[in-house]
Amino acid sequence: MSVAIEQVTSQRERGPLRAMFISQPFWVTVALIVICLVMGGVSNVFFTEDNFFNVTRNYAFIGILALGMTAVIITKGIDLSVGSVVGVSGIAAAMVLNAGHSVWVGIAAGLLTSLACGLVNGLLIAYLNLSSFIVTLGMYAVARSLAQVLSENHMIYQFGPDEKLFTQIGGGTTFGLANPFIILLVLTVVFMIAFRYTAWGRWVYAVGGNEHAARLTGVPVNRVKLSVYLLSGLMSGITAILLVGWQGAAINAMGTGYELRAIASSVIGGTDLMGGSGGAYGAFIGAALIEVIRNSLLLAGVDANWEGTFVGLFIVLAVLLSKFRGMRSG
Amino acid sequence: MRLFELRDISRNFGAIQALTKVNLKIDAGEVLGLMGDNGAGKSTLIKIMAGNFPPSGGEIWLKGEKVEFQNPKDARKKGVEVVYQDLALCDNLTAAENVFLGREAKIRFGPFSFIHYAAMFREAARHFAELKSETRPRDLVRQMSGGQRQAVAIARTRLSNPDIVLMDEPTAAISVRQVAEVLDLIRRLRDQGIAVILISHRMPDVFAVCDHVSVMRRGKVVADKPIGQTSPEEVTGLITGAIETA
Repeated sequence: MSVAIEQVTSQRERGPLRAMFISQPFWVTVALIVICLVMGGVSNVFFTEDNFFNVTRNYAFIGILALGMTAVIITKGIDLSVGSVVGVSGIAAAMVLNAGHSVWVGIAAGLLTSLACGLVNGLLIAYLNLSSFIVTLGMYAVARSLAQVLSENHMIYQFGPDEKLFTQIGGGTTFGLANPFIILLVLTVVFMIAFRYTAWGRWVYAVGGNEHAARLTGVPVNRVKLSVYLLSGLMSGITAILLVGWQGAAINAMGTGYELRAIASSVIGGTDLMGGSGGAYGAFIGAALIEVIRNSLLLAGVDANWEGTFVGLFIVLAVLLSKFRGMRSG
Repeated sequence: MRLFELRDISRNFGAIQALTKVNLKIDAGEVLGLMGDNGAGKSTLIKIMAGNFPPSGGEIWLKGEKVEFQNPKDARKKGVEVVYQDLALCDNLTAAENVFLGREAKIRFGPFSFIHYAAMFREAARHFAELKSETRPRDLVRQMSGGQRQAVAIARTRLSNPDIVLMDEPTAAISVRQVAEVLDLIRRLRDQGIAVILISHRMPDVFAVCDHVSVMRRGKVVADKPIGQTSPEEVTGLITGAIETA
């Protein structure tokens, strides 16, 4: 009898291959490859090194935001403030640099600003138990307004003594790849490992799956919630610094609408808005899909105004897909 | 020496007297059935035993020592584990991850520590084998039957090697075949020398596994009898108040 049980307990219902075939990021990857192949046939520009460079750099910013967003959404929350936090952190970093401080002080200013926004979000949501939608909607307005107040509606394009280094960080390349894309790659791997192989990662999923159960079993639920908003804030800060460096100027409208694109990337990549499932690779590939669609429309000579329609279709398709998957697994 | 004893436990919420001088005792390897109608005070009593809140009066004795539980974590540390009615499982995690939730097995690499999945799967499999339950540690709890879910929740209590396990309505919402499975799980716990307090509405289950039955009515224990000296009819009478005490 006990032999039979040990045989059973060593099995698993889903082998790795089956798990792959029912995972949404896998099918999004397939869709991405198909689009790329079709575009390669249609346009002789698509597979050029320049286009690859541009696409990867363009989507790196949203990809980084989507990683933080994914952590938040897995806990059943939402962070609507990331775009505005990008704005205020970018302005803060630029102003400190503009005042003649070194690049490290400038980066610290940007990151601390974004962490402060994340801290306020996290404290209100985790400890006062307020709705994440409302709190981050508030921060969405506050952070954007602070960016406007701080910048006095001026563009900042002089970054002090370390200007070259600063613009190099966001606008430069490493091994032929845009720096923001390199950072996205590194962060994606870090998030994958953190989600899968650390207790923190498992707690993030546990909080999203069954918050009450997580609390009863001794998971520090409030601290986990706080941590995901801090993390999402930090990703906004990193994005802001790369973005300002690449564009060579900081304006207070920077990051407008990014929150929706980050959420769209997470959702397309298989992250469930009801919490408890999703992953870093999904965010990475979801953001890539959106940018490739945009790029393809551009290259195919389609009016750029169609972009929203296509991205919107893919969002709804992604949710439909996950619903069907949900039905199959009971 | 008694393993676990409640002496004259009372609890009031404002003017409402939820428990009045409740006495309960249980020894190692014993299964005690706790029965009573809704509002009889079973949940209040469980919450006191699990450390959710303190009694207004009375004492809790564990292994010959008077104890006071500050919170559920404290009670767990002193050897009292609870299997909650809703089981407190995360459907989106695997059985092993649920068993170890909040106390994951880890392996260190320099300043970082990572989850030791191999150890967790191995340990969880061992616990399931001990419970003689065909539950696969690598499978998501979402796909599991009621009996398997129960096994996961019970395996979780085994991690801390408790002296006493409180089970709140474990057979309330599962199929007949799975009820038998759960009753078997309770017998395994008993065979390992653990004291089990089974809170249940289901008369057949109590009579199938319990050594003792205590009946509560309106905040008082109205009967405490070995199972052999009572009958379902008598217990029903005690629960409803048709029989005063026994």
